[in-house]
Amino acid sequence: MERRTPWTRTVMMLPALVFFVAFVIIPMLMAVYYSFLRWNGIGKPKWIGGLNWVQIFHDPQALHALRLTVLVMVLSWVIQTPLSLLIGVFLAGRERYRNFFGILYFTPLLFSSAAIGITWSYILNPNFGLVLNIIKALGFSADAANIVGNPRWALLAVACVISWQFIPFHSLLYQSGARQIPEMLYEAAKIDGAGPWRTFFAITLPQLKYTVITSTVLILTGSLTYFDLIYVLTGGGPGDATNVLAMDMYKQAFMNQNVGYGSVLAVILAVAGVVLSIITLRLTGYNRMESQLEGM
Amino acid sequence: MQHKLRKTAMAAIVLGGLVAGVAGCGSSGQAGGNTAAGNGTAAGQTNITVWDIQTGDLQKVIQSMVDDFNQSHPNIHATVQFFENDPYKQKLQVAMGAHNPPDIFFGWGGGILKSYIDAGDVVDLTDALNSDPQWKNRYLPSVMNAVTFNGHIYGVPNNYVQPVFFFYNKKIFDQYGLQPPKTWDDLLHCIQVLKQHNVIPIALAGKDKWPDLMYEEYLVDRIGGPQVFDNIVAGKPNAWSDPAVVQANQMIQQLVDMGAFEPGYAGVSYGDGSATALVYTNKAAMQLMGSWDFSSVLTNAKSMIDNGELGWFPFPSVPGGKGDPNDVAGNPSNFYSISGDSKNKDAALTFLKDAVLSDNTVKRLIDLGQVPPVQGIESQLQQAKYGDYMTFQYNMVKNAPHFQLSWDQALPPTEAQQLLTDLDKVFLKQMTPQQFSADMNKYLQKQ
Repeated sequence: MERRTPWTRTVMMLPALVFFVAFVIIPMLMAVYYSFLRWNGIGKPKWIGGLNWVQIFHDPQALHALRLTVLVMVLSWVIQTPLSLLIGVFLAGRERYRNFFGILYFTPLLFSSAAIGITWSYILNPNFGLVLNIIKALGFSADAANIVGNPRWALLAVACVISWQFIPFHSLLYQSGARQIPEMLYEAAKIDGAGPWRTFFAITLPQLKYTVITSTVLILTGSLTYFDLIYVLTGGGPGDATNVLAMDMYKQAFMNQNVGYGSVLAVILAVAGVVLSIITLRLTGYNRMESQLEGM
Repeated sequence: MQHKLRKTAMAAIVLGGLVAGVAGCGSSGQAGGNTAAGNGTAAGQTNITVWDIQTGDLQKVIQSMVDDFNQSHPNIHATVQFFENDPYKQKLQVAMGAHNPPDIFFGWGGGILKSYIDAGDVVDLTDALNSDPQWKNRYLPSVMNAVTFNGHIYGVPNNYVQPVFFFYNKKIFDQYGLQPPKTWDDLLHCIQVLKQHNVIPIALAGKDKWPDLMYEEYLVDRIGGPQVFDNIVAGKPNAWSDPAVVQANQMIQQLVDMGAFEPGYAGVSYGDGSATALVYTNKAAMQLMGSWDFSSVLTNAKSMIDNGELGWFPFPSVPGGKGDPNDVAGNPSNFYSISGDSKNKDAALTFLKDAVLSDNTVKRLIDLGQVPPVQGIESQLQQAKYGDYMTFQYNMVKNAPHFQLSWDQALPPTEAQQLLTDLDKVFLKQMTPQQFSADMNKYLQKQ
């Protein structure tokens, strides 16, 4: 017997599909087309073939931006994963006070990136900011408050603020993931005499394997294209210390009026994102969707 | 049969969805233009749209100017839309590319305007101005350079001169017995004294990068004269290696080494007001900034101005320099230009002639402490509330042999952006003056 997708399902999918094609597929194809042009966004575009693509391999700035992007990805993952995991698992408990903390922890989710960027730039202001006063109160030199203005620390500061923004979201993932874990596993562990740490590493963490993968994919692809907060917080500076690929793409396309070259960066970012997700899914066996609850 | 009907219905749904989607995309592009034109339309009226970026009280001046114009010109209805500075540039770029710009757009003159002119997007105003000498001669000649290309004029000044000079905190200067510096060595002396007393000598909004540029513009002009930058704009080979540029960057790094700027200057922004705040909270003694900074102090610390504690002086002269110490850098004014795609060019021209910098507008600007680039307003300026300040600016611009448009506006965008990044690195001492010149030479562009 032939197995066909019921037509109702096709119709249901259509609106989403139309939007996906109109706002994802078509713009992506246009970016590929633009990447072969020399165009300032105003005048007549000129077809220059692969010149933009050749240029990128001789562009030390792009290489620098790539290095920074990878660094942001690594830092984001290293900061966000353990903290989100801990907060999420903690909040998975049903006690009232945990809900109270939950409300506090999740508030950053409600703010836009621009608002977070502006707020943190005030907090980190080296002459008037909250951080300056804390540093002074702790008895350190006021120079230590030069964080976003210091090429050495700016990127780490950016990664920390990004983490502050997104840890709540990933905690939410872990919270719901942890609530899915069958109670009987914990009961069994209790009977076997496992302590809280043992329970965490032997039951909670393995059971959250797929949540970790989802969260990792989101962190990696998200920080690959991360732009708005960096734009507000440092504008890519000081110098080019936080000029990540997405920032470079924006500057090339809109400030340098070099739409073709900006599109090359956009295409590279898009492809890198897809490849990264596929690799993560392959390596972890997530796409096989095997059950962890067999035999229960 | 029924099966077939279903299929047709489905196709209709699909098509409908697609059409709706496409139509939605199409109309959203035009929505901006339509709403602008749709305001207060009456029969027989010509509608024109103006884009501007003024904020606060200055926005009200522009709004009043438009309202006055609409009242005195029943046949034309002008609508003004205001945008934020940086997003505006991109917004205009996109609108120009889509051939959907406003009739009259706000601009800075220089390189960006040039790229629109090259694309045929800007109306040449030369003939209109020449046929009406009274109109043409209203403006101070030095400001028109920024909108004049090959002898053709593409814009008219629409607000006020914005020369760059030092603002200083008189209270701090008096406290340590300092005089406004006239020469570079005087300035270095002030910095030393202030450093000894743990006062920040100069506030610098390095995060925005363009405040860095003001030092470069002035030092290069003072050391080598305007020719040095003219060579850079013309794209002459190795123009960035001019000894004046190298020396200017050495002098900048000298300031950095002395600790002339506040801690973390590379993270301090002008836009959020924190650089100027250093001056009016008595933490820093000076700031090199455009004349607009006066309004910022007026808004945030009016008492400082009322008590006469805010002072100003021109950028000091550099001993042995070739440049005229009366030269000025900054924004000669902002400008309105008419877009080539405008359907109502005549109405737009009438607007430029009758509304822009009309006597009433000039008066309102003066009331707000701004100096419009028009002839013969000396007595008006002197009688104004902040007459000293405004007369200082007016004379500065009138007597300047050369008014240098900010370099980031005068240069092509790619070169300008690289300049801002590289200069930031000079201020951070991540780049030597020699490395700066070598790197910038790669970005020289013939105009």
